Amino acid sequence: MTFKLAASPHSHQRRTTQQVMRWVYVALIPGLLTLMYFFGWGVLWQLALAVSTAFVVEALSMRLRGRTIQSAWQDHTALVTAILLAISIPSLAPWWLIVIGTAFAIGVVKHVYGGVGQNIFNPAMAGYVVLLISFPVQMTSWPLPTQISQFELSFMDAASVIFTGFTPAGYDLEQLRMGADGLTMATPLDSLRTALNHQLTIGEALQQPIFGTLAGLGWQWVNLAFLLGGVVLIKQRIISWHIPTGMLLGLAVPAALAWLFAPDQSVSPLMHLLSGATMLGAFFIATDPVTAATSNRGRLYFGLLVGFLVFVIRTWGGYPDAVAFAVLLANMTVPIIDKYTQPVAYGHGGRS
Amino acid sequence: MSTAANSKAIEAGQIWDFPGGIHPPQRKELSNQTPIAKLPLANTYVVPVKQHAGAPAELCVSVGEQVLRGQPLTRAGVSLGLPVHAPTSGTVTSIGPGRIAHPSGMTDVVVRIEADGNDTPAPPQPLPDYRQAARADVLERLRNAGIAGLGGAGFPTAQKLALQRPIDYLIINGIECEPYISADDRLMREHAATILDGAAILMHLADAKKALIAIEDNKPEAIAAMKAELTDYPNMSLRIVPTKYPSGGEKQLIQLLTGRQVPSKGLPIDIGLLMQNVGTAYAVSRAIRQGEPLIERVVTVTGEAVEKPGNYWVRLGTPVGEVLHYTGFQQSDPAQRIIMGGPMMGFTLPDTDVPVVKITNCLLLPSVQELAPAQHEMNCIRCGACADVCPAQLLPQQLQWLAKAKDYDGLEGQNLFDCIECGACAYVCPSEIPLVHYYRKAKAEIRTLAREKAKAEVARERFEARQVRLEREKEERLERHRKAAEARKKAQAEQVKAGGDNPQDAVQAAIARAKARKAAQQKAAAEQPSSHEDNNE
Repeated sequence: MTFKLAASPHSHQRRTTQQVMRWVYVALIPGLLTLMYFFGWGVLWQLALAVSTAFVVEALSMRLRGRTIQSAWQDHTALVTAILLAISIPSLAPWWLIVIGTAFAIGVVKHVYGGVGQNIFNPAMAGYVVLLISFPVQMTSWPLPTQISQFELSFMDAASVIFTGFTPAGYDLEQLRMGADGLTMATPLDSLRTALNHQLTIGEALQQPIFGTLAGLGWQWVNLAFLLGGVVLIKQRIISWHIPTGMLLGLAVPAALAWLFAPDQSVSPLMHLLSGATMLGAFFIATDPVTAATSNRGRLYFGLLVGFLVFVIRTWGGYPDAVAFAVLLANMTVPIIDKYTQPVAYGHGGRS
Repeated sequence: MSTAANSKAIEAGQIWDFPGGIHPPQRKELSNQTPIAKLPLANTYVVPVKQHAGAPAELCVSVGEQVLRGQPLTRAGVSLGLPVHAPTSGTVTSIGPGRIAHPSGMTDVVVRIEADGNDTPAPPQPLPDYRQAARADVLERLRNAGIAGLGGAGFPTAQKLALQRPIDYLIINGIECEPYISADDRLMREHAATILDGAAILMHLADAKKALIAIEDNKPEAIAAMKAELTDYPNMSLRIVPTKYPSGGEKQLIQLLTGRQVPSKGLPIDIGLLMQNVGTAYAVSRAIRQGEPLIERVVTVTGEAVEKPGNYWVRLGTPVGEVLHYTGFQQSDPAQRIIMGGPMMGFTLPDTDVPVVKITNCLLLPSVQELAPAQHEMNCIRCGACADVCPAQLLPQQLQWLAKAKDYDGLEGQNLFDCIECGACAYVCPSEIPLVHYYRKAKAEIRTLAREKAKAEVARERFEARQVRLEREKEERLERHRKAAEARKKAQAEQVKAGGDNPQDAVQAAIARAKARKAAQQKAAAEQPSSHEDNNE
């Protein structure tokens, strides 16, 4: 009689990578629903496009690498990348935008480096940055929140804009983005930047209808929804609190200082926290374990760096939002953070 | 360094914490509900000569010999190994290679004994008043009784005690943090007095003034039993530790009880501590007070695939198959594993011929549903769950990358050898990477390399020494020749001086003779002008 041999430990916690990833997209649901509420059906179309592209590119990459598609697809990481990219880009952007972005994220940023776990840069953010610098106009053309938009787009209208550039009624994206006053409107962060560049004070800039009670109209709720999902992830121990807390502090503290000293020229910390991709970035993007620091202390530094870079780029950089650039820059520093934050091993003189 | 810095807090009963750790399902109730039962005698026993950490002792029985229960089969000899004893009376039927309890399934020398069924004991030699005996004699008795650490590593107890260094605390480890195992739990419930007596003997031998008895808080019955007996021992105090794996690891328990860390590559004794398992303390008491060598131990037999889980007194050398037969195990699944030890650190057995040995604390027979076999290994996503649970504060995922890359310098830089192989990292890994397996492999490879390097170094030294020797011998030879020649010359000179024949003259005379002969030949040739002229003679 012979028996099966196996290496210890023989007992395993039943939480697999799939489950981890599943929790990530469960936690994305509140943010996703809020995003759809404010920006319409286009979000869903972008998601569908991103997920199908991710699947095709992942299959292709795995085939080229001589492996089975199942082994890559079953860990759900490609799915998470696709979802993150889809909700980061303007909801009515042309179809090829998300296809190019996702293909680059999965094919180049992930698989060229050796697949899951091996990539240096956050795939979704690298895809986002490639799109942003290649197609700046399309990437900054966010539609107006449905509440202040003159147009109500149906599910098929959104598809029509994404695939043909026009609604069935013949409006193009520029016209759709026009406010009641006949001017196209940018995102809250973009509007603020333009206003500040035109020597307006923050107080004056905030008079525009794009701003809500806390921060940008729609965006504030989207951010709060992502915050909710993020708290679920921390509660479920899918992510540790170090990166989100670090990033939010790294952003809020300098913002608060600037705001205290120059309230007329500075964006308030609350505005920073609830605008653009702040919460999505803090809980879902910067926390990507593959490309973040590994020790808890290192994660805190990593988060602080991302937050601080977001503040710097938003304040002085050329782009209205900065999460993608900040994350990529911080990704580069990970090896050095890891080197200097290695915990003191037992018996090497550390304190217990 | 000692524990002096924290002594006040230690005395006050403070419990520190150690980083990391996990809370796997305990499943102890499966085996700890019934008293320890005696396993019936087997027909044959297989006693490996080496059951501890260190060199084996020398065989002192031969095939065909009749042995009594407790009679030594090996003795210390020159290797100072730890003896093993006959588990029952009977006949030695063979001595040779047999599969032993080792993760690799390797073979070693085993003594097979056919039991005669009478279980006749060899006359015991008790030493009731050990305090009157010389310390060395008591240690010798412990060695002769074959006492090794029963907690897992199997380090010879006498050897641990022989280090005469100042000791602040003896720690008696009754933590038993591995899931499923309840051997120490039951032993403490049923034999608290004997354990504490053993602890007192150990204190005496180690010259420790105080002892700490550590038990995890998931064993209230054992705590109560020990507490009741502790009233007789004012120098011993009980420490109740929160349930967390691996709080029973030597280094972790020291951190829990004293807030100190054993230096890397050091021993607990470096910080004035000595740790012994409760089972060892029990065996020490039996060996000294009753004169009984170590021939049996408590083994937890558990898991959903056995009918009668529980704790059993098992003679060392009992084949696992015998234990499983008695406890009602039936293999129903081809993926069935037999684990010697617990689910975290135990190893699987290839078959049931392997015997129970001194370090066997548990036989775990999980059903496949209970402990599912490992799934397909996936890529590391660097989630860091492993680092969060590592009690040694290592970065398991970095170690894993380095181990896969065979970057041995990098591994040592990441302190691979401080890994205690507790398995917490692999337990939480969502990608099911067998991390501990990679570390063990890397450690073995590094050790092999170090051994080969040392061997190569020795070979190089030997080669160089040989070169030097040859050179020296050559010079000595030349020197000898030179001296001999000189001596000869000197002797000649003296001879000439003394008026004897100068050998030099003889040489001159010979040369002169040869010249004369040549001249005569040439002359003869010149007188004969003929066709023979060009004929060179």
